[in-house]
Amino acid sequence: MIQINALLLLLFVLLGIIALGLGAIHIAPAGVVRAIADAFSGKGSASEEELILFSVRLPRILFAGIVGASLSVSGVVFQALLRNPLADPYVLGISGGSALGAIIGIVLGAGSFYLGVPFLAFCGALVTVFLVFIVAGGSRGLMLDNSLLLAGVVVNSFFSAAILFALSIVNSMELHSISFWLMGDLSGAALKETAGAALCLFIGFGILYAQARKLNLMVQGEETAMQLGVNVRATKYALLIVTSLMTSVAVSLAGIIGFVGIMVPHMMRLVFGSDHRLLLPAAALFGASFLVVADTLARILLAPAELPVGVITALCGAPYFIFLMRKKVQG
Amino acid sequence: MPIICAKNICFRYAAKPVLEEVSFALEAAQIVAMIGPNGSGKTTLLKMLNATLFPNSGQVLIEGQDTRHWPRQAIARTVAIVPQESPAIFPFFAEEIVLMGRFPYLRSLAFEDKKDYRIVQDVMARTDSLSFAHRRFNELSAGERQRVLIARALAQEPKILLLDESTVFLDLKHQAQFLSLLRELSREQHLTVVFVTHDLNLAAQNADQLLLLYNGKKYAIGTPADILTAQNIKEVYDVDVGIDQNPHNGSPRVTLMT
Repeated sequence: MIQINALLLLLFVLLGIIALGLGAIHIAPAGVVRAIADAFSGKGSASEEELILFSVRLPRILFAGIVGASLSVSGVVFQALLRNPLADPYVLGISGGSALGAIIGIVLGAGSFYLGVPFLAFCGALVTVFLVFIVAGGSRGLMLDNSLLLAGVVVNSFFSAAILFALSIVNSMELHSISFWLMGDLSGAALKETAGAALCLFIGFGILYAQARKLNLMVQGEETAMQLGVNVRATKYALLIVTSLMTSVAVSLAGIIGFVGIMVPHMMRLVFGSDHRLLLPAAALFGASFLVVADTLARILLAPAELPVGVITALCGAPYFIFLMRKKVQG
Repeated sequence: MPIICAKNICFRYAAKPVLEEVSFALEAAQIVAMIGPNGSGKTTLLKMLNATLFPNSGQVLIEGQDTRHWPRQAIARTVAIVPQESPAIFPFFAEEIVLMGRFPYLRSLAFEDKKDYRIVQDVMARTDSLSFAHRRFNELSAGERQRVLIARALAQEPKILLLDESTVFLDLKHQAQFLSLLRELSREQHLTVVFVTHDLNLAAQNADQLLLLYNGKKYAIGTPADILTAQNIKEVYDVDVGIDQNPHNGSPRVTLMT
């Protein structure tokens, strides 16, 4: 179990090193390693190359990793709680609710308070989560898979409309562009925000990991979990709050990046099975790698122009989603 | 002290009464069959006994303590249930499913230790499910899945085992094996068993006591010979039956008159 995660961590580091070298100024992986070694041994030369590596690309790669890990882990938890492999923060509309919260926050001037915008994004996410669960749950078991996804589609188009509406009536300098809020974009990575997001990720992940075995039981059905000794209601609320927090931090800093939370957990389940004690760290590490690769592609595919990273994830995610859905229908 | 005691329990879903004024007491180490027509409240009553559902009024006492006051993990160490079916949406190995039965014994961050694995080995051997321990639960046949779920319940090391028509998917050999395992556990470890079934002959042959439910009320409780009379069955199930004695063990034998 530890070996698998060590391998995935190694994968992330390797991909990170390759991604560091790619861009307008190309540096071979060996050169990147040498530059890192120099920086650590204090022989940094403050060359233009090192400036690009450590001040521009490194924060962005770390940021991509943190956002990718947060979204993937949230996806794992939503899928377990709804017992539906197609659930994720984007499809269920939770990212959308979070983005709308963030925009409202910026428009109302919450940006002048530290964490003001992420807090409103969190409120938006939380409201959506509980809406989804009320629609999906009811008092007797869970709603059919397809109606849940349909509800997600409706909620999503409502939020998209609300976001477009908000963006067209305000003309705030602080607001990102429309594409940022609808497609996601990692180019705004700043070290301070990245550190905050990392803190949220690590604390959130710690809490989720402590519940990993309970998640295994919850997947068997709430009644089964209950009779095996899980305090289902308290566990569910705790998990929902933590995942909402992780999603909203990611969304308020990186916009809406879709499908990561579906693809990554599914691939990890396929390879490693469903034990959440392995699945959660594996999804976090692989999700980080995945978004680093996607963002690097977004940076270099049309260089010098940059694509929003959400374009890349949606381009591979939507077909993957349809593939999963077909597989499910066929049993 | 009876291990299970129901006192005047009433329960309704929305406005529809499901259980009305049901009272009974069961002694430890007994095997009890819960019988009754569809919709008589058997499954609801079973859920009350493992505290996943609570009565609107009245009490269910397990070892003398109201189920409402039992901590979740503690009751999971005392009462286990084998459900009819378990959803298999995400792939787990059969052994992982059985290991989940050890959850009530583990502290929150601990991993299962040697003792837990030994217990899992043992219960899987007893339910003849070791041969597919490392196969995916969702790829097993209905009968194999049933045996895994039985193993999971036994891994909880319960004092009370509840079965919701748990023999329906088992073939004859595994049915016989399972029933003799239940008798053995009740004799040697004082396990109390409550099982729901529609098979009156299975109930007659294997249970010490029958609890007959009818329209959400307790119709009667007693030995198979007391409960399985042509008159009771006519009144509750609305069918005509003939009753004679099973030549092998003397238990009442019910034959449908068609």
